[in-house]
Amino acid sequence: MSKSSIRDTFFEECEDLLEALTEGLTALEHAPEDDEVVNAVFRAVHSIKGGAGAFGLHDLVSFAHSFETVMDRVRARDLSIDRALMRIFHKSGDKLADLVEAARDESAFDATARDAVLKELEPFLGDAHDATEDEMDFGFATTPIGFEAAPLELDPGLDLPNPGLPDAAGRCSYQILFVPSADLYRHGHEPLLVLDHLAELGQIETTLDLRAVPDFDTLDHSSLYPGWTIRLETDRDRAAVEDVFEFVEGLCRIEIAEGDEIPDPDPEPALLPVAAYCVEAPDAPADADPATTRPQAPRADSEPNRESQKGPKPTLRVDLDRVDRLINAVGELIINQAMINQCIEELELPPTSQILNEIEDYKLLARDIQEGVMAIRAQPVKPLFQRMARIVREASEATGKQARLTTLGENTEVDKTVIERLADPLTHMIRNAVDHGLETPDVRRAAGKDASGTIRLSAAHRSGNVILEIADDGAGINRPAVRRKAIEKGLIAPDADLTDGEIDNLLFAPGFSTAAEISNLSGRGVGMDVVKNAVQKLGGRITVTSTDGEGSTFAIILPLTLAVMDGFVVSVADQTMVVPISSILETVSASANDIHIMGHNERLLLLRGRYIPIVDVAQSLQLTGPSPTETPIYLIVQNEGMGLSALEIGEIHDQRQIVVKSLDFQQGSIPGISAATILGDGKIALILDTEEIATRNAPSSQDVMSMLQFTGFEDV
Amino acid sequence: MSEAAELTVDETEEFVTFNAGDQMFCIKITQIREIRRWAPVTALPHTPPDVLGVMNLRGAVIPIIDLSARFGFGPTEPRERNVVIIAIHGDSSVGMLVQSVSEILSIAQGQVQDTSEVRTSASSNYITGIISSNDTMIRVIDLDAVLGKPF
Repeated sequence: MSKSSIRDTFFEECEDLLEALTEGLTALEHAPEDDEVVNAVFRAVHSIKGGAGAFGLHDLVSFAHSFETVMDRVRARDLSIDRALMRIFHKSGDKLADLVEAARDESAFDATARDAVLKELEPFLGDAHDATEDEMDFGFATTPIGFEAAPLELDPGLDLPNPGLPDAAGRCSYQILFVPSADLYRHGHEPLLVLDHLAELGQIETTLDLRAVPDFDTLDHSSLYPGWTIRLETDRDRAAVEDVFEFVEGLCRIEIAEGDEIPDPDPEPALLPVAAYCVEAPDAPADADPATTRPQAPRADSEPNRESQKGPKPTLRVDLDRVDRLINAVGELIINQAMINQCIEELELPPTSQILNEIEDYKLLARDIQEGVMAIRAQPVKPLFQRMARIVREASEATGKQARLTTLGENTEVDKTVIERLADPLTHMIRNAVDHGLETPDVRRAAGKDASGTIRLSAAHRSGNVILEIADDGAGINRPAVRRKAIEKGLIAPDADLTDGEIDNLLFAPGFSTAAEISNLSGRGVGMDVVKNAVQKLGGRITVTSTDGEGSTFAIILPLTLAVMDGFVVSVADQTMVVPISSILETVSASANDIHIMGHNERLLLLRGRYIPIVDVAQSLQLTGPSPTETPIYLIVQNEGMGLSALEIGEIHDQRQIVVKSLDFQQGSIPGISAATILGDGKIALILDTEEIATRNAPSSQDVMSMLQFTGFEDV
Repeated sequence: MSEAAELTVDETEEFVTFNAGDQMFCIKITQIREIRRWAPVTALPHTPPDVLGVMNLRGAVIPIIDLSARFGFGPTEPRERNVVIIAIHGDSSVGMLVQSVSEILSIAQGQVQDTSEVRTSASSNYITGIISSNDTMIRVIDLDAVLGKPF
């Protein structure tokens, strides 16, 4: 392994460590006395320092050292954590992240800002101020991410703790329940070696636990039933004990309890067939925590301090290019499957033909593979949310407002690209929420609210979409001000009659900014329209709701995957196109009696007593080919704030899963087209952007619409 | 001495010549991924007339432009010998419809006459050099200028 790749590994690891650090600091706010959490934070900082030392990153080492020293005093209970210290910790964490980034990119960093933070840390350094590096070893086992630290340990420059040194904390005892599954043997592991390894840590007493062995009649000879309860006396910490089981994680049930209490050997009723262990183990691979091994115990997202106690989850770092190659190949597979399907259909085989069954299986398999591959790219939004905590801190500091961030659903998984591309818009929205959304503490108190505002960031999966919400409990959108501003900017006519929703949507108009004065944070000329564009590029949309005096909520609705969607294959003029099913509320085949003319040539579709404007898709796309059918189909779609539109198309041919191919070679987007796909016959079909088509062409009696279209504000 | 000879060999480049709008053009062979027979493409709405549409190249969606139209010579007339030159453009590929492909020329660097001083009209902005071969003038195309900067 070359030096540079070790360096890369270090920085990858730093990312994990910084994440653990942020997580720990957040947990610390709620449980400042929790030793585990303090230790976790300390370990993260210490590991970064250690690695940085090995690569001669002195700036990083010296800063981490001060941070670690203060953290260590907290650990030794020399210092207690109060709000002020917490704030400094957060700042230090942020600065550490900056320094890591600067070191990684070999770029310059803001030394004054660092020194300012160092100065704040200084009063807390105490006597340990001039402690040498050697004294910093407290018998801590490596890093919280176990084996990934291995390449670093090869480097003699690292000040990793010496396991031989006794810990000042003294000996403590653990009760360990160890139930290997049959897979443990299948993978070539040997429990005896694990027990031997454990014995190296201290004194062990082992008791065989045969309670789980069932009656002979129900015994499955290929399963494994016995387990051991082990009492371990050691001077090492819990992480060291957990490390022993690192290689058999997921292959056995491990419960580690401190002290003399015996862990509940079987949280399930005793009669449960033991085979369940084997099934259960892979589901909860890394959980040494009894609370999470119980299947019925729901994993609460609001328990960040629990997370830090868990051992490392076995993960694999894979080059993203490899995953993308795989995803592309699977996309081809899906297309190929569709092609074969089409060929077979053309053969017009008898319905009893075996091949029809086989092709159906093939289809399902292809879908399975595709879903599995897409899942590789899916990542929890947690790191993204954690970054936002920092934005809230910085924004509230800059504006003199008090704000805290609460997050919900941070384990929601979203495509990696989505996470990457959402970072900037989300940052902007969070800043906006603090800067424009929240009131100053005085105003809040006067309104009978908590002086400190709350920004709630949540993520959830809902009906094939991912929904991210940014809600503040501020004053809500100041609609008269928005209206005034819009008139000022010429976005709407002075006498325009707008609903509340329409006014709220003006925030997304290009160049719109409500801040009366340009503040440090927002109002730099980029407005919500930039956010909106970013979200639309991801195939999503953004909505806003606001209640006077109670706050505003922005919701970003994104498709679950970017690469595959279900669509109708339709004909528009002489072209075959695809319409995403998710955008269609209803398809209607209407008779001439239901079509009504209004004005010059605006047509309305009468559907269940309601008139819906008709948009001719072919005309909208300037397609000149003849419509192949006399009886058009109407796709009813809903638009944000616009109500319904009926898109007129020729015919619906098929409904199928399609692989989305971007048209990003085109500079700027093509109006009305979101992407393309390859059909079963190898031809390319364009994917319609229904919302864009509906809103661009929808006739409207409101002058506001024509005004908005005139200024390029396309979909209200 | 022998070093100088080697250098000359190194400086020889191969160009593929083709017809577009009844004029001879060429591009470096290293810029070409493949050459395909013309097949109807999927048209893109709201695009200029020289963008013919997109085609499926083994699962990738690539744009096809009509080179003659882009040079301002009007659209290429459909003929049997029409081909699409798939050019490498940055990380992606772009197809260019041309009348026909003629031959591969081996040209020493010195034989390419620089046109940066004679560039005048819009169409000659696409041309970086001129090669004279068998009394024919062959125009060397600047792909970045024709297709825009790669993304």
